Amino acid sequence: MNNQDTVQVTMTVNGRTRVEQVEPRLLLAHFLRDHLGLTGTHIGCDTSQCGACTVLLDGQAVKSCTVLAVQADHQAVTTVEGLGQRGGLHPVQQAFWDKHGLQCGFCTPGVMMTAVGLLQQNPTPTSEEIREGLDGVICRCTGYETIVRAVAEAAAVMAGEAGPSAAAANE
Amino acid sequence: MSKLVGTPVKRREDARLITGHGNFTDDVRLPGQAYAEILRSPHAHARILSIDTTAAQAMPGVVKVYTGQDLAGRVGTVPTAWIPPASDLKQVPHAVLAVETVRYVGDGVAMVVADDPYIARDALDRIVVEYQTLPAVTDQREAMAEGAPQLHADAPGNVALHWTVGNDTDEVFAQAEVVVRQEFRQQRLIPNPMEPRAATAQYLSATDELTVWLTTQNPHIHRLLLSGILGIPEHRLRVIAVDVGGGFGSKIACYPDEVLVAYAARDLNRPVKWTEDRREHFMATTHGRDHYEEVELAGSRDGVLQGIRVKSYANMGAYLSTAGPGVPTILFGLIVNGAYRMPVASSEVFGVFTNTTPTDAYRGAGRPEATYIIERMVDLFAQTIGQDPLEVRRRNLLRADEFPYTNPFGLAYDSGNYHAALDQALTMVDYPAFRQEQAALRAQGQYVGIGFSTYVEMCGLGPSQVAGAVGFQGGLWESATVRVHPSGKVQVFTGASPHGQGEETTFSQLVADQLGIPIDDVDIVHGDTARVAMGWGTYGSRTMVVGGAAISTAVDRVIEKARRIAAHMLEVSPEDVVFEDGVFHPEGVLDRQATFAEVTIQAYLAWNLPQGVEPSLEASAYYDPTNFTYPFGTHIAQVSVDADTGEVRVTKYVAVDDCGPVVNPMIVEGQVHGGIVQGIGQALYEGAVYDDDGQLVTGSFMDYTMPRARFFPQIETAHTVTPSPHNPIGVKGVGETGTIASTPAVVNAVMDALSGFGIQHLDMPLTPEKVWRAMQQVQDEQ
Amino acid sequence: MIPASFSYRRAESLDDALRWLAEDPQGSKLVAGGHSLLPLMKMRLAAPRRLIDIARVSELIGIREQSGAIVIGAGTVHRDLAGHPDVRQKLPALAEAAGKIGDLQVRNRGTIGGSLSHADPSADLPAALMALAATVDIAGPAGERSLAVEEMMVAPLVTGLAPDEVLVRVRVPIPAAGSRSVYLKHPHPASGYALAGVAVAVTLEPAGAVTAARVAVTGAGVVPFRATDAETVLIGDRLTPARIAEAAKAAAAAGEFAGDALMSAEYRRQLCRVYVERAISALVD
Repeated sequence: MNNQDTVQVTMTVNGRTRVEQVEPRLLLAHFLRDHLGLTGTHIGCDTSQCGACTVLLDGQAVKSCTVLAVQADHQAVTTVEGLGQRGGLHPVQQAFWDKHGLQCGFCTPGVMMTAVGLLQQNPTPTSEEIREGLDGVICRCTGYETIVRAVAEAAAVMAGEAGPSAAAANE
Repeated sequence: MSKLVGTPVKRREDARLITGHGNFTDDVRLPGQAYAEILRSPHAHARILSIDTTAAQAMPGVVKVYTGQDLAGRVGTVPTAWIPPASDLKQVPHAVLAVETVRYVGDGVAMVVADDPYIARDALDRIVVEYQTLPAVTDQREAMAEGAPQLHADAPGNVALHWTVGNDTDEVFAQAEVVVRQEFRQQRLIPNPMEPRAATAQYLSATDELTVWLTTQNPHIHRLLLSGILGIPEHRLRVIAVDVGGGFGSKIACYPDEVLVAYAARDLNRPVKWTEDRREHFMATTHGRDHYEEVELAGSRDGVLQGIRVKSYANMGAYLSTAGPGVPTILFGLIVNGAYRMPVASSEVFGVFTNTTPTDAYRGAGRPEATYIIERMVDLFAQTIGQDPLEVRRRNLLRADEFPYTNPFGLAYDSGNYHAALDQALTMVDYPAFRQEQAALRAQGQYVGIGFSTYVEMCGLGPSQVAGAVGFQGGLWESATVRVHPSGKVQVFTGASPHGQGEETTFSQLVADQLGIPIDDVDIVHGDTARVAMGWGTYGSRTMVVGGAAISTAVDRVIEKARRIAAHMLEVSPEDVVFEDGVFHPEGVLDRQATFAEVTIQAYLAWNLPQGVEPSLEASAYYDPTNFTYPFGTHIAQVSVDADTGEVRVTKYVAVDDCGPVVNPMIVEGQVHGGIVQGIGQALYEGAVYDDDGQLVTGSFMDYTMPRARFFPQIETAHTVTPSPHNPIGVKGVGETGTIASTPAVVNAVMDALSGFGIQHLDMPLTPEKVWRAMQQVQDEQ
Repeated sequence: MIPASFSYRRAESLDDALRWLAEDPQGSKLVAGGHSLLPLMKMRLAAPRRLIDIARVSELIGIREQSGAIVIGAGTVHRDLAGHPDVRQKLPALAEAAGKIGDLQVRNRGTIGGSLSHADPSADLPAALMALAATVDIAGPAGERSLAVEEMMVAPLVTGLAPDEVLVRVRVPIPAAGSRSVYLKHPHPASGYALAGVAVAVTLEPAGAVTAARVAVTGAGVVPFRATDAETVLIGDRLTPARIAEAAKAAAAAGEFAGDALMSAEYRRQLCRVYVERAISALVD
């Protein structure tokens, strides 16, 4: 840590209040990974293109490599660790598992957080809308097809349906 | 017990990966770790006149700054590990930090180690390097020309290797009724796994052991190379690949920065971590493809293919990467005849040094290049003789009764039913209707096309004798140790090193079925040289083919030992005991039995073992394949071309692949999807571009187009199943088929769409501007 | 990728921001969403001494209707702009442009003021705002002034803002009855920025003749520009295919296009023509 001009930030991360002293230039992604040890949030690029670092900031999907920790002061952050854990998976996590929405798993936390953000804004997306909604993420493994299926499945489950009967799931 | 093999078992890897508990190299955190950053050359070719590190070294928090001079005599150079025979390959030294000359943008010049990553980054800006720039050359054919800048004193004309293979084609070509000629540009691609490369190293002075956590596809190869470069004996060196976030070939090579981190950890007696950022990945991680190919195809006027010859110029980059020389030669030149009966064929390859990032394997590695040219040539041939490309394929594809088929280069294709795959794919499109619609749309000024790719590729390379014959400085076998614990739980130690392919699941399926035990009783251990004695890693679609075969063989050995113990327990002779669904019983007698768990505990208690049987239940296998495997299939792409903008949309995509028996259809489908999208990436979107000074113009995700979700339609997949006779599971490999098949399918489809314009060929990537310009040129001429 | 060091202050009011900015105008940068500035700072192409965070200045946030205009606070994020019922209904081109910026995550974070102050020549909003005759209100040490959006976009990454000024709001006049507007975009496949982003706003009399037209193009040209020649072509007649084609040609002729290593000027001009044609066509019933 460079000891010049640190500032205090207070953040609610996955429901827990964290108070840390940080350099203003510290990226939120590094704050989560290096200060809080929440390494589920990954960094895949430098230019806000890949979305691997996506977290929820006050409920909205944002790229944490392009947010300063100080900008998130007094806000709530949800990372993949806070989305759900074994025994209590979020429907998006469950759907990614069920539909093989991941291979290497590196982009996956960011993709899932983006999907959560997408479903908040559009709870019943068509498969085309899912593909558009995932424009802010890059996955090199899956070819996206199973990710699209997983998001459709999650949408259906979250809408309270038993199976993937929503518009996109069977397309 | 129901069989797991062949069913879509959900992945065991996923539980940790979807909850944020994956453990990637950059996630490794060690007490007191320092952070490294590498200063990289901004010039493609330059002499280093001086390096002043004093200001950086003086910064609070900077631990040490290394330059090439500091390492002279302490660290060796990074060698290539593939030396194709009779290729006059030039082994040029690649220093881990440049000493006198930098040869590509990204070549390492200095390394900073600091207490904090932000300080390490700041310190880079304080290092002052004085360069004298030299003329640079990035194109391989220009590099071979007279007067071109010379990269290495030992490689005149920048020729790194010259390799020829095949038989005499002169007579066939002289007498052929039709000879089609075409030059192809196989553009340079950037692998871009989503996880950047990283290394974390820790030295324990008490035991004199160095541990390196590394983003690698092959930890044992890395250990071998690091051992040689650092002069550390292998038994004091441990390489651990925890979760690896994709590789696609780019994590095969041993890189200078990895060596540096390992060196610094020991030098400083302190853990050191380095993680590349994406910008560094673009410049300092190996690239793929980058060939020019001059191709001639001979045939008869009625559509019989007679021979192919290929002259290829491969861009090796500034140095020879670990597997770099093998990719454009062995993995390419031996299979340029594709899936077609062809009496003669030859390949000639020049590997050339240029002032660019070194090239190495990239998903498919050589086989996509070979498949692209033969599949394009078949279409061009069909066009020349006025036949439907489908008919030419039907006529020349090997028939099921022709296997094993020895191709003109001596490869023995194991098994196949190419026509069945083609037929199945044709059931998934309506070809005649498409042709009608195409004609109707064309009359309205709209352009759609259909393209075929009836491919074959080679996977699971081996036996190791062949490795020697083709100059690969390693073995091609794979190891497996199956350890049954007293409780009956099983650990499987594999030398393969999966990094997204899901073998923790598929290997477990194999073992659980074979032993008749629940899948949860099986754990797969991989990616750690201290836990797995030796292995060769994951690449070339070899993991299930060779690694799976090793596991299957080792499990058989466990069963054989258990059978002897069971026979002793059941008081019958071992040959009378059968093992079914986890239970040993005398043939035909079901009321006297010993379960696998009961036998296991007896093996460990050893109170009453048969004569000559040692306690414990564990077996190893070192499986050396008897031949390559040859997956094949048919892919069909349909595209539309926007006449005003040149933009290509893939509107439908059908893939029928034959990778032998499918262990897990869900995982196989995922491999196929991912491969197809990557291959379409080459066809339509991706391409590294250097400017005249050797600067990478496409150096970020802002400029280099990675395939995105919205570019694609739904992909439809299906399979035929033709087992390979060459391994106990019959599998052929599926990790690369999509990438290999899809590129030519899509390019053929676009050329089909443009056929009305009289455009024969356009080089990839088929960007909107390129397509528009080609159409425009024709319209201007008319 | 790590930015160089800087100091940081969070403004609670516009006055805070103006006062702090005045202390060191050259060395300070305003930040709201940060999606234009932070990438530059990470690449160390920008290294301000101080960041002044205006994301929480409530007087800069929000969308309201006021004396015949929709007034948008500079700190309003793209998501809110794209989804706002009044904007969607009365200024469809603006809602569409905001909805096509970057991606979902970027739209959650990026602000209209940030985008305009950064003046990327491929940004989406300038085209829509020019077509809709928007102006910006700028606060500075001497008080407030207004500029047309065209005057804001001086050159790539150069705006009409002085270093000690703050863009506080955007005013978009509510178009007259019979007006319609649209934004069409051909995104760069990698960056998502517009290779051609065309906004067209027209007012039609009941019989269909065009009484007012504004055509603006972003991405294709060196800077976002109004295609006034195209507007002239459109005014006075119905939107016939011939008129539309002629207007598209005029727009392509009007722009200044530059090529680079990855795309030629000629192709950019073509994209401009095609998208102007398609955008105007999209306004025909």
